[in-house]
Amino acid sequence: MTEPNLYMPYLMRIEKITPEAPLVNTLKLAFVNDEEGKNFQFRAGQFGEYSVFGEGESTFCIASSPTRKGYLECTFRQVGKVTTALANKEVGDLIGFRGPYGNTFPLDQWRGKNLLFIAGGIALPPLRCVIWNALDLRDQFQDITILYGARAVADLVYKYELEEWGKRKDIKLITTVDPGGETPDWKGEIGFVPTVLEKLAPACQNTLALVCGPPIMIKLTLPVLAKLGFQPENIFTTLENRMKCGLGKCGHCMVGKVFVCKDGPVFTLAQLNHLPPEY
Amino acid sequence: MTIEIKRLKKDSLPRLFAQLQAKGRRILAPHSRAGKTGFEELSSSGQVAQDYLQTTLSPKSAVFPRCEALFRYTFEGKEIKMEEKPEPAPTVVFGLRPCDAASFAVLNAVFSWDYPDALFKSKLEKTALLSISCRQADDYCFCTSVGGGPGDTRGSDILLTEMGSGDYLAEIITDRGRELVQLAPELFQEAPAPGKEKHLAQVPVKFDLKQLQEKLPKVFDSPQLWLEQSLRCLGCGACAFVCPACVCFDLQDEANRQGGVRLRCWDSCGFSLFTLHASGHNPRSLQSQRWRQRLLHKFSYFPDRLQTLGCVGCGRCSRICPADMNLLEHLKTIAEAS
Repeated sequence: MTEPNLYMPYLMRIEKITPEAPLVNTLKLAFVNDEEGKNFQFRAGQFGEYSVFGEGESTFCIASSPTRKGYLECTFRQVGKVTTALANKEVGDLIGFRGPYGNTFPLDQWRGKNLLFIAGGIALPPLRCVIWNALDLRDQFQDITILYGARAVADLVYKYELEEWGKRKDIKLITTVDPGGETPDWKGEIGFVPTVLEKLAPACQNTLALVCGPPIMIKLTLPVLAKLGFQPENIFTTLENRMKCGLGKCGHCMVGKVFVCKDGPVFTLAQLNHLPPEY
Repeated sequence: MTIEIKRLKKDSLPRLFAQLQAKGRRILAPHSRAGKTGFEELSSSGQVAQDYLQTTLSPKSAVFPRCEALFRYTFEGKEIKMEEKPEPAPTVVFGLRPCDAASFAVLNAVFSWDYPDALFKSKLEKTALLSISCRQADDYCFCTSVGGGPGDTRGSDILLTEMGSGDYLAEIITDRGRELVQLAPELFQEAPAPGKEKHLAQVPVKFDLKQLQEKLPKVFDSPQLWLEQSLRCLGCGACAFVCPACVCFDLQDEANRQGGVRLRCWDSCGFSLFTLHASGHNPRSLQSQRWRQRLLHKFSYFPDRLQTLGCVGCGRCSRICPADMNLLEHLKTIAEAS
């Protein structure tokens, strides 16, 4: 066959496993084949198919930034067959990776803009990719604000990075946990993300909002953003639907005639407003 | 390229098959087993089914098998070795209908857009379609409503039409068809002026496709319509499995301690698992929403995205449905609604 087999994954070696929260881990992956690693390129927002040989594939975003070369990171919660098998892997084990797939956050069109990141729970990983990408090109952007909430303190992912971001003068970080989810030494906000956002009241001028979280958080956050004056074309999110191929063929992720894997996963609210509610 | 007309004696078919096999061609032909007809590899003593109106399973498995190894792997300690599939054998599909031949273009549209799927392409390029036009049709057939016909040549490399005399009129349509003739030239004789129309089945146009396609986007948000149409649906997916144009698939692993295989298997948008998220959320949690997806995918999304319908009007889905759902009737209802 002259053309490559689309379904054949890259072999990746697990370099590091970081426990993030109960049942949530981050894997740092390196290409087994150096040549493949050198040629590999992706952009913020893209995703991949991660596989455990013998178990199958699972779809997650690439959680590391394209500005950090030579490795990939993914963060996932153990919920099914493949994610359980992934969670049982050890440093040095091999897994498969196909990708990168899907569209991207148009960072290169965002020079000189303020970036407002709003994330909930396990949905920080897709935004973490954009956050580090923007931080590595810090002088291209104006204010960077991150509002991140989780049900409880234990559910916050990337705690070590939250600490780092909190210390930086060039980022405004607000963390919050749902009422009742705080610990005695919790120093962040207590309240649901939409409520905290309303209190924070970020200016909408020259600002792009990137929202990622559980459906209920997104549903309640969008009206707050609208109230603050954010236009639908300036609000971005990433959709996730069950996927198999990532190539616009298997049919699983279709929302109307849109393939989340090809036309997404990144959509503006203006685009989502034209889609049927099948996500 | 113009279509060449030849004559092929019906009783020379066994010789044709033998000669094609001698030249390394795998032949898939209709075979009846327990009342069902499907395409199977023809062995030297194999019987070819004759009196089928339509095979139970479509011939799409020639290029898109029900379950197909995408690649294999072996475990060697902590290391993993991946292995490509061997090249597919050149294949001739015999005895498919013109609607089936047309369906290969639908499959190709999906597998070739954007990322070309080399596994599919390598099989399609080595597959010749030797179709037989329809002398009979039944109430489920509606090829003429979706742009086809009982003697339509589109998609076929050679189309045979059975004449009263017991001979076939052979239309040699493509270069691949001419190559097949070259493998057994003495069997294809010069033919007198053709007149195949009188030997073809009558399939009246049953709904106005343009009308249907104008109405479909407008009825998306009509839960009552979709509920009524799908109330009896069992969600068994049989319609998708017999469909020559259904392409949706699943990827699964099968392995033991030594190694395994990553498989591509047919799937169906009628299954609730098809869209179920790991979180338990299901964007299409109702059977009526899944029925709507099936219809809109074939008649609205396919034309919008890939400039082809996702249906060839073969009627298999309605013939096989254990709950007697009838696609044609449902399409008519939508097309004719005011």
